[in-house]
Amino acid sequence: MADNFTATAFYRALKEEGQIVGVKCQACGHLSPEPRPMCPICHGFDMVSHRFSGKAKLDTFTCISIVPVSMAAKGYGRDKPYCSGIVTLEEGPRISARISGVDGANPQNIKNGMDVVLDVADLDEESPSVAFKPA
Amino acid sequence: MTTVNKKRQLARQVSIVGAGLSQFGAFPEKDSRDLFVEAFKDMVQSMDQGFDIEDIEGAYIGNYSSDLFEHQGHTAPIVADWLGITPIPITRIENACASSGSALREGVLAIASGMYDVVLVGGMEKMTNLPTDGVTDVLASAADGLYEVPAGLTFPGIFGAIAKAHMDRYETNLDHLLKVGIKNHENGALNPKAQFQQTITAMMERRMARAQERGHTVPDYKTDLDFLNDPQANPWIAWPLRLYDCAPITDGAACVLLVADEIAHNFTDKPISIAGIGQATGKPLHDSDELTSLSAAKAAAQQAYDMAGVTVADIDLAEVHDCFTIAEIVATEDLGFFAPGEGPRAVDEGRTALGGDHPINTSGGLKSKGHPVGASGVGQVIEIYHQLRGEAGARQVKKANPTVGLTHNVGGTGGTCVVNVLRRES
Ligand SMILES: [Zn+2]
Repeated sequence: MADNFTATAFYRALKEEGQIVGVKCQACGHLSPEPRPMCPICHGFDMVSHRFSGKAKLDTFTCISIVPVSMAAKGYGRDKPYCSGIVTLEEGPRISARISGVDGANPQNIKNGMDVVLDVADLDEESPSVAFKPA
Repeated sequence: MTTVNKKRQLARQVSIVGAGLSQFGAFPEKDSRDLFVEAFKDMVQSMDQGFDIEDIEGAYIGNYSSDLFEHQGHTAPIVADWLGITPIPITRIENACASSGSALREGVLAIASGMYDVVLVGGMEKMTNLPTDGVTDVLASAADGLYEVPAGLTFPGIFGAIAKAHMDRYETNLDHLLKVGIKNHENGALNPKAQFQQTITAMMERRMARAQERGHTVPDYKTDLDFLNDPQANPWIAWPLRLYDCAPITDGAACVLLVADEIAHNFTDKPISIAGIGQATGKPLHDSDELTSLSAAKAAAQQAYDMAGVTVADIDLAEVHDCFTIAEIVATEDLGFFAPGEGPRAVDEGRTALGGDHPINTSGGLKSKGHPVGASGVGQVIEIYHQLRGEAGARQVKKANPTVGLTHNVGGTGGTCVVNVLRRES
Protein backbone atom coordinates (compact mmCIF):
# COMPACT_ATOMS: atom_id res chain seq x y z
CA MET A 1 0.00 0.00 0.00
CA ALA A 2 2.75 2.41 -0.98
CA ASP A 3 0.34 5.20 -1.80
CA ASN A 4 -1.85 4.87 1.28
CA PHE A 5 -0.69 8.10 2.87
CA THR A 6 -3.62 8.69 5.19
CA ALA A 7 -4.35 9.30 8.87
CA THR A 8 -5.83 5.80 9.04
CA ALA A 9 -2.49 4.38 7.93
CA PHE A 10 -0.63 6.68 10.36
CA TYR A 11 -2.58 5.52 13.42
CA ARG A 12 -2.50 1.88 12.26
CA ALA A 13 1.30 2.04 12.10
CA LEU A 14 1.43 3.74 15.50
CA LYS A 15 -0.66 0.95 16.99
CA GLU A 16 0.79 -2.05 15.18
CA GLU A 17 4.45 -1.03 14.76
CA GLY A 18 4.83 1.42 17.65
CA GLN A 19 6.36 4.01 15.34
CA ILE A 20 5.61 7.29 13.65
CA VAL A 21 5.52 6.43 9.96
CA GLY A 22 5.27 9.58 7.87
CA VAL A 23 6.47 10.51 4.42
CA LYS A 24 9.47 11.92 2.60
CA CYS A 25 9.29 13.84 -0.68
CA GLN A 26 11.53 12.15 -3.26
CA ALA A 27 11.94 15.42 -5.14
CA CYS A 28 12.95 17.90 -2.42
CA GLY A 29 13.52 15.73 0.64
CA HIS A 30 10.82 17.38 2.75
CA LEU A 31 9.81 15.25 5.73
CA SER A 32 6.29 15.14 7.15
CA PRO A 33 5.38 12.98 10.14
CA GLU A 34 1.76 13.15 8.95
CA PRO A 35 1.41 11.01 5.83
CA ARG A 36 0.27 13.10 2.89
CA PRO A 37 0.01 12.31 -0.81
CA MET A 38 1.47 15.63 -1.98
CA CYS A 39 4.52 17.64 -0.95
CA PRO A 40 3.45 20.98 0.57
CA ILE A 41 6.84 22.52 -0.25
CA CYS A 42 7.61 21.60 -3.90
CA HIS A 43 4.08 20.42 -4.76
CA GLY A 44 5.39 17.12 -6.09
CA PHE A 45 3.47 13.85 -5.79
CA ASP A 46 6.38 11.44 -5.40
CA MET A 47 6.17 10.62 -1.70
CA VAL A 48 7.60 7.57 0.06
CA SER A 49 7.10 6.21 3.58
CA HIS A 50 9.53 7.45 6.19
CA ARG A 51 10.02 6.04 9.69
CA PHE A 52 10.83 8.53 12.42
CA SER A 53 13.10 7.54 15.28
CA GLY A 54 10.68 8.58 18.01
CA LYS A 55 13.25 10.84 19.65
CA ALA A 56 12.27 14.48 20.11
CA LYS A 57 12.55 17.65 22.19
CA LEU A 58 9.62 19.39 23.89
CA ASP A 59 9.00 22.80 22.26
CA THR A 60 6.02 24.05 24.22
CA PHE A 61 3.10 22.66 26.18
CA THR A 62 -0.11 23.37 28.06
CA CYS A 63 -1.83 21.62 30.97
CA ILE A 64 -5.53 21.31 30.26
CA SER A 65 -8.12 21.48 33.06
CA ILE A 66 -11.25 22.12 31.01
CA VAL A 67 -11.15 18.94 29.02
CA PRO A 68 -12.96 17.63 25.95
CA VAL A 69 -15.57 14.92 26.36
CA SER A 70 -13.15 12.19 25.25
CA MET A 71 -10.56 13.09 27.92
CA ALA A 72 -13.21 13.45 30.63
CA ALA A 73 -14.12 9.83 29.89
CA LYS A 74 -10.53 8.91 30.79
CA GLY A 75 -10.77 10.62 34.17
CA TYR A 76 -9.14 13.95 33.34
CA GLY A 77 -10.60 17.28 34.42
CA ARG A 78 -10.23 20.14 36.91
CA ASP A 79 -8.78 17.85 39.56
CA LYS A 80 -6.53 16.00 37.11
CA PRO A 81 -5.27 18.17 34.24
CA TYR A 82 -3.34 16.51 31.42
CA CYS A 83 -0.39 17.82 29.45
CA SER A 84 -0.31 18.27 25.66
CA GLY A 85 2.25 20.06 23.56
CA ILE A 86 4.38 20.30 20.49
CA VAL A 87 7.64 18.43 20.01
CA THR A 88 10.41 18.72 17.43
CA LEU A 89 11.35 15.30 16.11
CA GLU A 90 15.02 14.40 15.84
CA GLU A 91 14.62 14.49 12.05
CA GLY A 92 13.43 18.14 12.09
CA PRO A 93 9.66 18.46 11.74
CA ARG A 94 7.30 19.14 14.62
CA ILE A 95 4.21 17.26 15.72
CA SER A 96 1.42 17.82 18.25
CA ALA A 97 1.34 15.21 21.01
CA ARG A 98 0.12 14.23 24.43
CA ILE A 99 2.95 14.53 26.94
CA SER A 100 2.79 11.51 29.24
CA GLY A 101 4.77 10.72 32.37
CA VAL A 102 4.50 14.29 33.71
CA ASP A 103 2.18 15.79 36.33
CA GLY A 104 -0.30 18.09 34.62
CA ALA A 105 -1.12 19.66 37.98
CA ASN A 106 2.48 20.90 38.35
CA PRO A 107 3.39 22.59 35.07
CA GLN A 108 6.31 24.41 36.73
CA ASN A 109 8.07 21.02 36.81
CA ILE A 110 7.73 20.49 33.05
CA LYS A 111 10.54 22.09 31.05
CA ASN A 112 10.54 23.17 27.44
CA GLY A 113 13.59 21.80 25.69
CA MET A 114 13.60 18.51 27.55
CA ASP A 115 14.32 15.28 25.67
CA VAL A 116 11.28 13.12 25.09
CA VAL A 117 10.62 9.77 23.39
CA LEU A 118 7.58 8.29 21.71
CA ASP A 119 5.37 6.51 24.27
CA VAL A 120 3.17 3.74 22.92
CA ALA A 121 2.73 1.92 26.23
CA ASP A 122 -0.75 3.23 26.89
CA LEU A 123 -2.29 3.46 23.41
CA ASP A 124 -6.06 3.64 23.24
CA GLU A 125 -7.16 0.79 20.95
CA GLU A 126 -10.22 2.69 19.74
CA SER A 127 -8.65 6.10 19.16
CA PRO A 128 -4.85 5.95 19.37
CA SER A 129 -2.99 9.23 19.82
CA VAL A 130 0.62 10.31 19.64
CA ALA A 131 2.25 10.60 23.05
CA PHE A 132 5.79 11.43 24.16
CA LYS A 133 7.30 10.92 27.61
CA PRO A 134 10.47 12.26 29.25
CA ALA A 135 13.49 10.37 27.91
CA MET B 1 6.66 30.71 -12.59
CA THR B 2 5.12 33.93 -11.37
CA THR B 3 3.06 35.41 -14.17
CA VAL B 4 0.51 37.19 -12.02
CA ASN B 5 0.78 40.76 -10.78
CA LYS B 6 0.43 40.41 -7.00
CA LYS B 7 -0.26 44.08 -6.32
CA ARG B 8 -3.94 44.13 -5.44
CA GLN B 9 -6.41 46.96 -5.76
CA LEU B 10 -10.19 46.87 -5.76
CA ALA B 11 -11.79 47.68 -9.12
CA ARG B 12 -13.96 50.20 -7.27
CA GLN B 13 -14.14 51.40 -3.71
CA VAL B 14 -16.61 50.17 -1.08
CA SER B 15 -17.98 51.97 1.97
CA ILE B 16 -19.85 51.04 5.12
CA VAL B 17 -22.97 53.15 5.57
CA GLY B 18 -24.80 51.39 8.38
CA ALA B 19 -24.06 49.04 11.28
CA GLY B 20 -26.09 46.98 13.73
CA LEU B 21 -25.24 44.81 16.69
CA SER B 22 -27.46 42.57 18.79
CA GLN B 23 -27.02 42.49 22.53
CA PHE B 24 -24.15 40.08 23.29
CA GLY B 25 -24.72 37.56 26.08
CA ALA B 26 -26.64 34.36 26.87
CA PHE B 27 -30.20 34.31 25.58
CA PRO B 28 -31.76 30.88 26.17
CA GLU B 29 -34.91 31.60 24.19
CA LYS B 30 -33.30 33.09 21.10
CA ASP B 31 -32.07 31.19 18.02
CA SER B 32 -29.41 32.54 15.70
CA ARG B 33 -32.00 33.90 13.23
CA ASP B 34 -33.56 35.95 16.05
CA LEU B 35 -30.16 37.36 16.98
CA PHE B 36 -29.51 38.32 13.38
CA VAL B 37 -32.84 40.09 13.05
CA GLU B 38 -32.02 41.99 16.25
CA ALA B 39 -28.73 43.18 14.74
CA PHE B 40 -30.46 44.06 11.48
CA LYS B 41 -33.13 46.07 13.31
CA ASP B 42 -30.39 47.98 15.14
CA MET B 43 -28.82 48.80 11.78
CA VAL B 44 -32.03 49.81 10.03
CA GLN B 45 -33.09 52.06 12.90
CA SER B 46 -29.70 53.79 13.12
CA MET B 47 -29.15 54.53 9.41
CA ASP B 48 -28.49 58.27 9.07
CA GLN B 49 -30.80 58.81 6.08
CA GLY B 50 -32.91 55.68 6.30
CA PHE B 51 -32.80 52.99 3.65
CA ASP B 52 -35.05 50.76 1.62
CA ILE B 53 -34.52 47.11 2.53
CA GLU B 54 -35.54 46.22 -1.03
CA ASP B 55 -32.28 47.82 -2.21
CA ILE B 56 -30.22 44.92 -0.82
CA GLU B 57 -28.96 42.90 -3.78
CA GLY B 58 -26.94 40.18 -2.10
CA ALA B 59 -25.85 39.03 1.35
CA TYR B 60 -23.00 37.10 2.96
CA ILE B 61 -23.41 35.76 6.51
CA GLY B 62 -20.61 34.38 8.66
CA ASN B 63 -21.53 31.47 10.88
CA TYR B 64 -19.16 28.92 12.29
CA SER B 65 -21.31 26.05 13.37
CA SER B 66 -25.06 26.35 13.61
CA ASP B 67 -24.90 22.68 12.57
CA LEU B 68 -23.31 21.62 15.87
CA PHE B 69 -24.54 24.42 18.16
CA GLU B 70 -28.18 24.39 17.01
CA HIS B 71 -28.45 21.28 14.86
CA GLN B 72 -29.33 23.58 11.99
CA GLY B 73 -27.51 23.59 8.68
CA HIS B 74 -28.18 25.81 5.68
CA THR B 75 -28.85 28.82 7.90
CA ALA B 76 -28.37 31.56 5.31
CA PRO B 77 -31.73 31.18 3.52
CA ILE B 78 -33.46 31.06 6.90
CA VAL B 79 -31.99 34.47 7.65
CA ALA B 80 -33.15 35.72 4.24
CA ASP B 81 -36.65 34.51 5.04
CA TRP B 82 -36.65 36.11 8.50
CA LEU B 83 -35.52 39.43 6.98
CA GLY B 84 -38.05 39.09 4.18
CA ILE B 85 -35.39 39.50 1.51
CA THR B 86 -35.91 36.30 -0.48
CA PRO B 87 -35.15 35.64 -3.31
CA ILE B 88 -31.93 37.65 -3.21
CA PRO B 89 -28.87 35.39 -3.03
CA ILE B 90 -27.46 34.91 0.47
CA THR B 91 -24.43 32.78 1.20
CA ARG B 92 -23.13 31.43 4.49
CA ILE B 93 -19.37 31.69 4.93
CA GLU B 94 -17.55 29.40 7.35
CA ASN B 95 -13.98 30.18 8.40
CA ALA B 96 -14.24 29.35 12.11
CA CYS B 97 -14.01 32.50 14.26
CA ALA B 98 -13.11 34.52 11.13
CA SER B 99 -16.36 33.57 9.38
CA SER B 100 -17.84 37.06 9.32
CA GLY B 101 -14.48 38.66 8.56
CA SER B 102 -14.47 36.51 5.44
CA ALA B 103 -18.16 37.25 4.78
CA LEU B 104 -17.40 40.97 4.79
CA ARG B 105 -14.55 40.37 2.37
CA GLU B 106 -16.88 38.50 -0.01
CA GLY B 107 -19.32 41.41 0.15
CA VAL B 108 -16.55 43.89 -0.67
CA LEU B 109 -15.43 41.78 -3.63
CA ALA B 110 -19.00 41.45 -4.90
CA ILE B 111 -19.41 45.23 -4.99
CA ALA B 112 -15.90 45.91 -6.29
CA SER B 113 -16.55 43.48 -9.14
CA GLY B 114 -19.44 45.62 -10.32
CA MET B 115 -21.96 42.85 -9.69
CA TYR B 116 -23.85 44.69 -6.93
CA ASP B 117 -24.12 48.18 -5.45
CA VAL B 118 -25.70 47.30 -2.08
CA VAL B 119 -24.74 44.22 -0.07
CA LEU B 120 -25.59 43.13 3.46
CA VAL B 121 -22.82 41.33 5.36
CA GLY B 122 -22.83 40.03 8.89
CA GLY B 123 -22.47 37.09 11.17
CA MET B 124 -24.18 35.24 13.97
CA GLU B 125 -23.57 32.49 16.47
CA LYS B 126 -25.82 30.84 19.01
CA MET B 127 -23.45 29.08 21.39
CA THR B 128 -25.01 28.84 24.84
CA ASN B 129 -27.36 25.90 24.14
CA LEU B 130 -24.50 23.47 24.76
CA PRO B 131 -22.73 22.79 28.08
CA THR B 132 -19.11 23.97 28.35
CA ASP B 133 -17.56 20.61 27.38
CA GLY B 134 -19.79 20.48 24.30
CA VAL B 135 -18.72 24.00 23.29
CA THR B 136 -15.09 23.00 23.91
CA ASP B 137 -15.52 20.11 21.48
CA VAL B 138 -17.22 22.25 18.82
CA LEU B 139 -14.49 24.92 19.00
CA ALA B 140 -11.78 22.23 18.92
CA SER B 141 -13.20 21.07 15.59
CA ALA B 142 -11.72 24.26 14.08
CA ALA B 143 -8.30 22.70 14.70
CA ASP B 144 -6.94 19.71 12.78
CA GLY B 145 -9.19 16.83 13.79
CA LEU B 146 -6.66 14.22 12.65
CA TYR B 147 -3.41 15.53 14.14
CA GLU B 148 -4.13 18.23 16.77
CA VAL B 149 -7.37 17.18 18.47
CA PRO B 150 -6.27 13.55 19.07
CA ALA B 151 -3.19 14.97 20.85
CA GLY B 152 -5.62 16.38 23.43
CA LEU B 153 -5.23 19.94 22.23
CA THR B 154 -8.29 22.09 22.82
CA PHE B 155 -8.74 25.62 21.49
CA PRO B 156 -7.57 27.19 24.79
CA GLY B 157 -4.89 24.50 24.92
CA ILE B 158 -3.29 25.59 21.65
CA PHE B 159 -3.26 29.24 22.78
CA GLY B 160 -1.92 28.04 26.15
CA ALA B 161 0.97 26.43 24.27
CA ILE B 162 1.55 29.70 22.39
CA ALA B 163 1.54 31.57 25.72
CA LYS B 164 4.09 29.18 27.21
CA ALA B 165 6.33 29.61 24.15
CA HIS B 166 6.02 33.41 24.43
CA MET B 167 6.86 33.29 28.15
CA ASP B 168 9.96 31.20 27.50
CA ARG B 169 11.20 33.26 24.57
CA TYR B 170 10.49 36.73 25.97
CA GLU B 171 9.95 38.32 29.38
CA THR B 172 6.23 37.63 29.28
CA ASN B 173 4.64 36.60 32.57
CA LEU B 174 1.20 35.61 33.82
CA ASP B 175 0.41 39.13 35.08
CA HIS B 176 0.92 40.53 31.58
CA LEU B 177 -1.81 38.21 30.33
CA LEU B 178 -4.16 39.22 33.15
CA LYS B 179 -3.56 42.92 32.47
CA VAL B 180 -4.89 42.50 28.92
CA GLY B 181 -8.13 41.23 30.43
CA ILE B 182 -8.27 44.02 33.01
CA LYS B 183 -7.87 46.62 30.25
CA ASN B 184 -10.49 45.02 28.03
CA HIS B 185 -13.01 44.81 30.87
CA GLU B 186 -12.43 48.51 31.59
CA ASN B 187 -13.44 49.22 27.99
CA GLY B 188 -16.28 46.70 27.97
CA ALA B 189 -17.75 48.32 31.08
CA LEU B 190 -18.41 51.34 28.83
CA ASN B 191 -20.10 49.30 26.07
CA PRO B 192 -23.88 48.86 26.47
CA LYS B 193 -23.86 45.90 24.02
CA ALA B 194 -21.15 43.98 25.89
CA GLN B 195 -21.73 40.64 27.59
CA PHE B 196 -19.71 41.74 30.64
CA GLN B 197 -20.24 45.43 31.31
CA GLN B 198 -18.12 45.25 34.41
CA THR B 199 -14.56 46.06 35.31
CA ILE B 200 -12.48 43.38 37.00
CA THR B 201 -12.49 45.65 40.08
CA ALA B 202 -16.30 45.57 40.12
CA MET B 203 -16.28 41.78 39.79
CA MET B 204 -13.77 41.53 42.64
CA GLU B 205 -15.86 43.76 44.89
CA ARG B 206 -18.98 41.77 44.09
CA ARG B 207 -17.22 38.54 45.07
CA MET B 208 -16.09 40.08 48.36
CA ALA B 209 -19.59 41.40 49.06
CA ARG B 210 -21.12 37.99 48.36
CA ALA B 211 -18.72 36.29 50.74
CA GLN B 212 -19.68 38.83 53.42
CA GLU B 213 -23.43 38.30 52.84
CA ARG B 214 -23.07 34.54 53.14
CA GLY B 215 -20.96 34.76 56.26
CA HIS B 216 -17.93 33.22 54.50
CA THR B 217 -14.36 34.38 54.98
CA VAL B 218 -14.02 37.55 52.91
CA PRO B 219 -11.03 37.22 50.58
CA ASP B 220 -8.33 39.80 51.23
CA TYR B 221 -7.97 41.25 47.72
CA LYS B 222 -6.12 44.58 47.56
CA THR B 223 -5.79 44.79 43.77
CA ASP B 224 -7.33 43.34 40.63
CA LEU B 225 -4.29 41.08 40.34
CA ASP B 226 -4.84 39.68 43.86
CA PHE B 227 -8.33 38.68 42.77
CA LEU B 228 -7.17 37.24 39.45
CA ASN B 229 -4.38 35.28 41.12
CA ASP B 230 -6.87 33.55 43.45
CA PRO B 231 -7.37 30.04 42.00
CA GLN B 232 -10.86 29.93 43.51
CA ALA B 233 -11.90 33.07 41.64
CA ASN B 234 -9.87 32.46 38.49
CA PRO B 235 -9.39 28.73 37.88
CA TRP B 236 -7.05 27.22 35.31
CA ILE B 237 -8.50 26.41 31.89
CA ALA B 238 -5.35 25.45 29.98
CA TRP B 239 -2.23 26.46 31.90
CA PRO B 240 -0.90 29.16 31.61
CA LEU B 241 -4.38 30.43 30.73
CA ARG B 242 -7.10 30.91 33.33
CA LEU B 243 -10.80 31.70 33.12
CA TYR B 244 -10.15 35.46 32.89
CA ASP B 245 -7.71 34.90 30.03
CA CYS B 246 -10.49 33.43 27.87
CA ALA B 247 -13.23 35.08 25.86
CA PRO B 248 -16.65 33.85 27.03
CA ILE B 249 -19.24 31.69 25.31
CA THR B 250 -21.68 34.12 23.71
CA ASP B 251 -24.86 34.44 21.69
CA GLY B 252 -24.85 37.39 19.30
CA ALA B 253 -25.05 38.79 15.80
CA ALA B 254 -23.66 41.73 13.84
CA CYS B 255 -24.26 43.25 10.40
CA VAL B 256 -23.16 46.16 8.25
CA LEU B 257 -24.44 47.59 4.99
CA LEU B 258 -21.83 47.86 2.23
CA VAL B 259 -22.37 50.08 -0.79
CA ALA B 260 -20.38 51.23 -3.80
CA ASP B 261 -18.51 54.42 -2.87
CA GLU B 262 -20.24 56.51 -5.50
CA ILE B 263 -23.66 56.06 -3.85
CA ALA B 264 -22.48 56.17 -0.23
CA HIS B 265 -23.69 59.74 0.28
CA ASN B 266 -27.24 58.64 -0.54
CA PHE B 267 -27.14 56.86 2.83
CA THR B 268 -24.98 58.98 5.13
CA ASP B 269 -22.73 62.02 5.28
CA LYS B 270 -20.20 59.98 7.23
CA PRO B 271 -19.45 56.78 5.29
CA ILE B 272 -16.47 54.74 6.39
CA SER B 273 -14.38 53.49 3.51
CA ILE B 274 -12.88 50.02 3.36
CA ALA B 275 -9.43 51.17 2.36
CA GLY B 276 -7.63 47.85 2.51
CA ILE B 277 -8.57 44.20 2.85
CA GLY B 278 -6.30 41.26 3.54
CA GLN B 279 -6.88 37.59 4.13
CA ALA B 280 -4.34 34.83 4.50
CA THR B 281 -4.09 31.24 5.66
CA GLY B 282 -1.73 29.49 8.03
CA LYS B 283 -0.80 25.96 9.06
CA PRO B 284 -1.45 24.16 12.34
CA LEU B 285 0.74 25.52 15.15
CA HIS B 286 3.11 22.53 15.00
CA ASP B 287 3.86 23.28 11.34
CA SER B 288 4.14 27.06 11.81
CA ASP B 289 7.50 28.77 11.41
CA GLU B 290 7.15 30.30 14.86
CA LEU B 291 5.25 29.26 17.97
CA THR B 292 4.88 32.88 19.16
CA SER B 293 3.27 34.43 16.09
CA LEU B 294 0.49 33.76 13.57
CA SER B 295 1.96 33.91 10.06
CA ALA B 296 -1.49 34.42 8.49
CA ALA B 297 -1.95 37.60 10.55
CA LYS B 298 1.31 39.07 9.30
CA ALA B 299 0.47 38.22 5.68
CA ALA B 300 -3.10 39.54 5.90
CA ALA B 301 -1.90 42.75 7.55
CA GLN B 302 0.66 43.35 4.84
CA GLN B 303 -2.01 42.94 2.14
CA ALA B 304 -4.33 45.37 3.92
CA TYR B 305 -1.60 47.97 4.59
CA ASP B 306 -0.42 47.79 0.97
CA MET B 307 -3.91 48.13 -0.51
CA ALA B 308 -4.74 51.06 1.78
CA GLY B 309 -1.37 52.69 1.19
CA VAL B 310 -0.77 53.09 4.91
CA THR B 311 1.85 51.99 7.40
CA VAL B 312 1.35 50.87 10.96
CA ALA B 313 2.09 54.43 12.11
CA ASP B 314 -1.11 55.61 10.41
CA ILE B 315 -3.37 53.28 12.39
CA ASP B 316 -5.22 55.28 15.07
CA LEU B 317 -6.87 52.31 16.77
CA ALA B 318 -7.50 48.60 16.29
CA GLU B 319 -9.87 45.84 17.24
CA VAL B 320 -7.85 42.62 17.46
CA HIS B 321 -8.88 39.02 17.99
CA ASP B 322 -8.42 38.52 21.74
CA CYS B 323 -10.07 35.10 21.98
CA PHE B 324 -7.41 34.69 24.68
CA THR B 325 -5.32 37.36 26.37
CA ILE B 326 -2.13 35.99 24.80
CA ALA B 327 -3.80 36.28 21.38
CA GLU B 328 -4.10 40.06 21.82
CA ILE B 329 -0.41 40.35 22.73
CA VAL B 330 0.61 38.25 19.73
CA ALA B 331 -1.76 40.23 17.47
CA THR B 332 -0.24 43.57 18.43
CA GLU B 333 3.18 42.17 17.56
CA ASP B 334 2.08 40.49 14.30
CA LEU B 335 0.39 43.71 13.14
CA GLY B 336 3.61 45.62 13.76
CA PHE B 337 2.36 47.91 16.55
CA PHE B 338 5.14 46.56 18.74
CA ALA B 339 8.28 44.55 18.03
CA PRO B 340 8.15 40.79 18.74
CA GLY B 341 8.31 40.34 22.50
CA GLU B 342 7.44 43.99 23.23
CA GLY B 343 3.67 43.43 23.38
CA PRO B 344 3.62 42.63 27.11
CA ARG B 345 5.54 45.78 28.03
CA ALA B 346 3.17 47.88 25.92
CA VAL B 347 0.30 46.53 28.01
CA ASP B 348 2.20 47.32 31.22
CA GLU B 349 2.78 50.88 30.07
CA GLY B 350 -0.88 51.46 29.17
CA ARG B 351 -0.08 52.03 25.50
CA THR B 352 -3.03 49.86 24.41
CA ALA B 353 -5.55 51.48 26.78
CA LEU B 354 -8.26 53.91 25.67
CA GLY B 355 -5.92 56.85 26.20
CA GLY B 356 -2.76 55.14 24.92
CA ASP B 357 -0.94 55.72 21.65
CA HIS B 358 -2.21 52.37 20.27
CA PRO B 359 -5.72 51.88 21.69
CA ILE B 360 -6.63 48.20 21.27
CA ASN B 361 -10.09 46.72 21.69
CA THR B 362 -11.96 49.82 22.77
CA SER B 363 -15.18 47.77 22.49
CA GLY B 364 -14.01 45.54 25.33
CA GLY B 365 -12.71 43.04 22.80
CA LEU B 366 -13.91 39.49 22.56
CA LYS B 367 -12.95 39.09 26.22
CA SER B 368 -15.46 41.55 27.64
CA LYS B 369 -17.83 42.35 24.78
CA GLY B 370 -18.26 38.64 24.11
CA HIS B 371 -17.29 36.22 21.34
CA PRO B 372 -20.20 34.83 19.32
CA VAL B 373 -17.61 33.36 17.00
CA GLY B 374 -19.35 33.77 13.63
CA ALA B 375 -20.29 37.38 14.42
CA SER B 376 -17.00 38.59 15.88
CA GLY B 377 -15.27 39.78 12.70
CA VAL B 378 -18.08 42.13 11.69
CA GLY B 379 -18.55 43.08 15.36
CA GLN B 380 -14.98 44.43 15.30
CA VAL B 381 -15.65 46.41 12.13
CA ILE B 382 -18.70 47.99 13.79
CA GLU B 383 -16.60 49.27 16.71
CA ILE B 384 -14.13 50.91 14.32
CA TYR B 385 -17.07 52.34 12.30
CA HIS B 386 -18.44 54.06 15.41
CA GLN B 387 -15.03 55.23 16.64
CA LEU B 388 -14.11 56.78 13.29
CA ARG B 389 -17.50 58.51 13.17
CA GLY B 390 -16.85 59.85 16.68
CA GLU B 391 -19.93 58.20 18.13
CA ALA B 392 -18.47 55.64 20.54
CA GLY B 393 -19.71 57.57 23.55
CA ALA B 394 -17.94 56.95 26.86
CA ARG B 395 -15.40 54.66 25.19
CA GLN B 396 -14.49 57.06 22.37
CA VAL B 397 -10.70 57.04 21.99
CA LYS B 398 -8.99 60.01 23.62
CA LYS B 399 -6.94 61.00 20.58
CA ALA B 400 -8.64 63.67 18.48
CA ASN B 401 -10.13 62.86 15.07
CA PRO B 402 -9.18 59.23 14.56
CA THR B 403 -9.22 58.63 10.81
CA VAL B 404 -7.75 55.17 10.21
CA GLY B 405 -8.71 52.01 12.10
CA LEU B 406 -7.86 48.33 11.73
CA THR B 407 -9.57 45.05 12.44
CA HIS B 408 -7.80 41.70 12.93
CA ASN B 409 -10.00 38.60 12.92
CA VAL B 410 -8.54 35.12 13.42
CA GLY B 411 -10.12 31.78 12.53
CA GLY B 412 -9.14 28.91 14.79
CA THR B 413 -5.51 29.17 15.81
CA GLY B 414 -4.43 31.15 12.76
CA GLY B 415 -5.67 28.90 9.95
CA THR B 416 -7.42 32.01 8.68
CA CYS B 417 -6.77 35.67 9.37
CA VAL B 418 -8.66 38.65 7.98
CA VAL B 419 -7.34 42.19 8.38
CA ASN B 420 -9.21 45.31 7.26
CA VAL B 421 -8.06 48.92 7.19
CA LEU B 422 -10.98 51.35 7.51
CA ARG B 423 -10.77 55.06 6.84
CA ARG B 424 -13.00 58.05 7.47
CA GLU B 425 -13.12 60.13 4.30
CA SER B 426 -13.02 63.82 5.12
ZN1 LIG C 1 8.90 18.25 -2.09
